[in-house]
Amino acid sequence: MFKSLKLRVAITLIVCIGALYFLIPTFFQNIPSSWNKYLAKEKIHLGLDLQGGMHLVLEIDTDKALEAMMETNSNDLKESLMDSKVRFRNLGKAKGATISLELTDSTGKTALENVLRDKYPDLEIASTSQGQGGELVNIKIKDKRAVELKKLTVEHSIEKIRGRVDEFNLQEPDIIPEGDNRVIVQLPGVKDTEGVKEKFRKTAFLEFKLVDEENSIDEALRGNIPEGDIIAYGLREDKSTGQRGQVPYLLKNRSMLTGASLKDAKVQIADRFGDVTVSLTFNSQGAVDFERITGENVRKRLAIVFDGEVLSAPVIQERISGGQAQITGNFTMEEASKLAGFLRGGALPAPVNILEERTVGPSLGSDSIRQGVQATIIGSLLVILFMIIYYRLSGAVADIALIVNILLIMAVLAAFRATLTLPGIAGMLLTVGVAVDANILIFERIREELRTGKTVRLALNTGYDRAFITIIDTHITGIVAAVVLIFFGRGPIKGFAVTTIIGLLASLFTSIFITRVIFDYVMGKYNIKKLSI
Amino acid sequence: MSMELIKPGVNIDFVGKMKYAMAFSAILFLIGIGSIIYHGGFNLGIDFAGGSIIQVKFSKNISADQIRTALKSTKLENSTIQQFGTNEFLIRTSESFSDQNILAANVEQPLSMAFNKDYEIRRVEVVGSKVSADFTRKAIIAVIFSWLAILIYVTWRFEFRYAAGGILALVHDTLIVIGAVSVMNMEFTINILAVLVFVIGFSINDTIVTLDRIREIVKRNPKQKLGDIINLAINETLSRTILTSLTVFFTVLALYIFGGAVIRDFAFAMLIGTVIGTYSTVYIACTSVLLFENLQLSKMKRRN
Repeated sequence: MFKSLKLRVAITLIVCIGALYFLIPTFFQNIPSSWNKYLAKEKIHLGLDLQGGMHLVLEIDTDKALEAMMETNSNDLKESLMDSKVRFRNLGKAKGATISLELTDSTGKTALENVLRDKYPDLEIASTSQGQGGELVNIKIKDKRAVELKKLTVEHSIEKIRGRVDEFNLQEPDIIPEGDNRVIVQLPGVKDTEGVKEKFRKTAFLEFKLVDEENSIDEALRGNIPEGDIIAYGLREDKSTGQRGQVPYLLKNRSMLTGASLKDAKVQIADRFGDVTVSLTFNSQGAVDFERITGENVRKRLAIVFDGEVLSAPVIQERISGGQAQITGNFTMEEASKLAGFLRGGALPAPVNILEERTVGPSLGSDSIRQGVQATIIGSLLVILFMIIYYRLSGAVADIALIVNILLIMAVLAAFRATLTLPGIAGMLLTVGVAVDANILIFERIREELRTGKTVRLALNTGYDRAFITIIDTHITGIVAAVVLIFFGRGPIKGFAVTTIIGLLASLFTSIFITRVIFDYVMGKYNIKKLSI
Repeated sequence: MSMELIKPGVNIDFVGKMKYAMAFSAILFLIGIGSIIYHGGFNLGIDFAGGSIIQVKFSKNISADQIRTALKSTKLENSTIQQFGTNEFLIRTSESFSDQNILAANVEQPLSMAFNKDYEIRRVEVVGSKVSADFTRKAIIAVIFSWLAILIYVTWRFEFRYAAGGILALVHDTLIVIGAVSVMNMEFTINILAVLVFVIGFSINDTIVTLDRIREIVKRNPKQKLGDIINLAINETLSRTILTSLTVFFTVLALYIFGGAVIRDFAFAMLIGTVIGTYSTVYIACTSVLLFENLQLSKMKRRN
């Protein structure tokens, strides 16, 4: 490769010093801060299995988000059609993200198409069929638009998830999108695993809906829900007994206002009885809307609905200006501060499902790292000892290469911010085996050549040359196998594959290049007649 | 005098024992298949089957039966409880608890009642069915792709019949390790999948060294009979094959003994893989090169 020995010695030294440079932060904790700007910053990152923490795979339910969107659309469409004097009946959200309705006029379809074109560019007619009293029409979101909307939903959700994760103030949370609608959330060192999951289980969708006081809730509970109404439940605490029960409400389905109009939410102790309330501050548009809504509906009840649950349904006493409102549920302090936290963070655009969860306690993590490091050290020592016994001084040369190899792997892990996991340690151990194999191959060849009576120098040269191709082949096949694993690409396996690839690349350098440099250097310096091999 | 494990000039007739080797491999296959049937399929871990694992460490001596009694009449009643290190247990169930409250009601409360909070939940893993189905698909693809990738590389570097021999050995090793996992009734987890790919890498590594030597000798003496060449190549590389296998074996053994309970299964499968990988290099990969050669010869004869 490089003929000049001086150049090769220089390369070896530069690589070794470079490796040590990147390992300083890992090995030394207390570095004077004045040195910091000259030193590498990154330590080796430990995976969740080694330092404890939580790994979650979340699925963003984009279909649900589209359905919710269509729900709103169907309410709006109803009004638009009435405004345009199109005659219809049974308009509502149908299965999936579609709207169905029945047009009773023969010219209805053209009129509907016009309305859709002018006001709902995202929607189109999916199918029509002849019904009894008119034409049955199904409306859906345009396919291309639906894909875009889903993508947007995922992007916004990830933003919100990030926000919720940030509330835990963790050192290095990691949020990695995966596939179309999945997110991997890695939370090293998190203790409150239950709290984390609760954060994702709630979409935190806040709505203000009017209570339908013209129709009877009892009738609705019997199954006759008036058109445009829904039944929602809320908790009610009996002040005298302290028991909590579920109370049904009949609500107008249409949301007057949502959590999107909020600017802030705070916990307040409201009155002299010490009742806890959550005070809401609307943003400027929200404040205007809220003033209008309260002004138009004085004496009516306005329900505050959070993720489908009615928190409270106070009577509007007067027009409320100033953009402030209070939720006086029957909260404990803890519940109130959780709710306020959710409202500040804003709603997730779509519900989130937890598909996979792995939690490793910190004690297990530290056990694992202790055992893993122990196993690596013992395994490496065994190999080092074996090489010296079997190949003597040449074995010692291979051992130097081996130690450089391990340092190189760790340096690369630190420099590229890769994560060291337990299988990663196993991968490191594996490359120790393969690196030694390369030297065994070379040494066995050299022995063969020596047996045929060649001089030391000639035997060395032929030994290295002959073994070279074989070593390249074995390393590349190893790398090929590891690359396949990276594509399979999941936490622990990826760690195994990454360290193996780094290790194999490093091994090509250490076991061929470095050992050769040492041999050549020694051969040049001393006149060696007999090789210790 | 240097240390030598295998004396130069050794000439063991590996090719001549090909039949016994095939019989031996066939027996291993049958044991593996028998075990899989006996156990009613694979003991799939939650990565592939979905479900939950809870690892609990107690501060005093407790038996699996005591835990089973404590969990009676909860949703975990039918879970498998497995000792895992000292005073440490794995509770495994096919149920995926996505809700912490259910987990608390079914594990923490009964355990606290029975054992007075003298325990620590050290690990919880929950894999839903969507993810596990995904994993299974990807796992199969990963193994097959690694076979293919190696087949392509070896075909490019050598000849197809060499590559075919190598791949035959890989498939052989993969199946036998899977069989061994089943015989030991170990859970088939993602870590075991990593072992399979490791074994693939290790076995082909060995195989390539020997194939390389076959090629070299063929170049030197093109007239020699292939059977003899193969024997010579195996013998010449034997000391290296055994040395390397031993070093890898001992490093993995260190992992098995000192690596802790979490990777014990992982290390065990690797140990099996190391032994089988070495065996298959000598007996399966090289001898099947001969087999392919004979097939080609007989085809040619028929054509003539």
